[in-house]
Amino acid sequence: MSVVLSPLAALGRNTLAGLAVLGRICSFAVTAFSHILRPPYYPREVMHALLQIGWLSLPVVGLTAIFTGGALALQIYAGGARFNAEAVVPQIVAIGMVRELGPVLVGLMIAARVTSSIAAEIATMKVTEQIDALVTLSTHPMKYLVAPRVLSALLTVPLLVGVGDIIGILGGYTVAVQKLDFNAATYLQNTVDFLEMRDIASSLVKGAAFGVIAAVMGCYFGMHSGRGAMGVGRATKGSVQAAAILILAANFVLTGVFFSV
Amino acid sequence: MIELRDVHKAFGSNRVLRGVNLRIESGTSMVIIGGSGTGKSVALKCILGLIQPDSGLITLDGQDVTTGDRDAFLARFGMLFQGGALFDSLPVWQNVAFRLLRGSLKRPRDEAREIAIEKLRRVGLKPEQADLFPAELSGGMQKRVGLARAIAAEPEIIFFDEPTTGLDPIMSGVINELIREIVVEMGATAMTITHDMTSVRAIADNVAMLHDGVIQWTGLVADMDQSGDPYLEQFVTGSAEGPIEAVR
Repeated sequence: MSVVLSPLAALGRNTLAGLAVLGRICSFAVTAFSHILRPPYYPREVMHALLQIGWLSLPVVGLTAIFTGGALALQIYAGGARFNAEAVVPQIVAIGMVRELGPVLVGLMIAARVTSSIAAEIATMKVTEQIDALVTLSTHPMKYLVAPRVLSALLTVPLLVGVGDIIGILGGYTVAVQKLDFNAATYLQNTVDFLEMRDIASSLVKGAAFGVIAAVMGCYFGMHSGRGAMGVGRATKGSVQAAAILILAANFVLTGVFFSV
Repeated sequence: MIELRDVHKAFGSNRVLRGVNLRIESGTSMVIIGGSGTGKSVALKCILGLIQPDSGLITLDGQDVTTGDRDAFLARFGMLFQGGALFDSLPVWQNVAFRLLRGSLKRPRDEAREIAIEKLRRVGLKPEQADLFPAELSGGMQKRVGLARAIAAEPEIIFFDEPTTGLDPIMSGVINELIREIVVEMGATAMTITHDMTSVRAIADNVAMLHDGVIQWTGLVADMDQSGDPYLEQFVTGSAEGPIEAVR
């Protein structure tokens, strides 16, 4: 009997533990937002985080988007050719980039670049007692370290997604015009005509959600890191894994919210 | 005056503090000694509220430290951390003036920088080192910056966590002298945690030995060598033989 029950018991324990962690993360996020709203504010920290999360992520977001847009155009052209539908390249590139690939790829790149960096930085601060030092200097770590990062991610990742969408569409446009002999003006006209405001809104909302997830995961795992180099490593790895999974799950939920008829 | 009454703290099954009773009079320098893992840092962090004790009472001037305005409470403290705990992303002067650049003690930036440079000078560092980053400093210099940060807002109470760990004997002597001078000069209450008996003799007015989660012995530093307490004697002499188990 125990042979049958043991795996079930383990599954139950792990599920409960997972839900407990999810609950703690939600509580952490709520606390972070409460610190964003209440003074004191640290504008220098916010500016620094805006630079790190937003501006310095632009190259990686741009490169990811342009290659993805280009590859998407080639794939759609090749796939569409099987049933004489090559002309849908502008529309499918636009909808694919704006609704899905733009937000998801930018979210995942932010998880890789920003979440890992935040988690490693805060975990190192914890290991080296810098977090304790902040407290003794009458500075709340949630307010000084977490709130500026979460706020900056909330503000900048939607912009990054917007930029990623545009660059991705331009990647598709360049391939279509240069390699697939599409007419430039028609391509752009088709793209603009096909996109709806709902597509753009969903893209930006997803960007905001993914930005918050990425920053909260980095901060949560950093603040709860174990001791030593191993603790920092585990915090970093855990934060990126959790952020990537939550971004994909949130994408599914948000796609359902925006586009389920 | 800081007072700990029957303070207990456990981490899981590990009962670190098992009823600590200790009194630190205002304006005196108390040094807490004891082996590694005996809970010295935990006791210190309990006073600052960085760790919540499981039971017992900690008071500052008769008031429970868990009640009242936390910012006002912390503003009375300065702390030198074992590893310095300097903020890597800030230059030295901003580390020192951290408290003066934000919060209730905020000053204009230029004034805060001037104070930071003065404090750096007080601990033997030059003004041109104010714009360096912590990673560009040696271990001894980082301790000095940590010390300058601890005294920057002229606190009434200063905590020193292993102030000479990782330093060579000469630099240890310099840091010990600086701590003693600053504490006397400021008239501050000091609480130091250390294994270093040279530090104890240089810094302490009073000594308390923490062992097995309780204060095993406490008294004047001058009485330490004639205490008659076998635990303290073993610790002071560094002997492997005695009531404290030494793992070989």
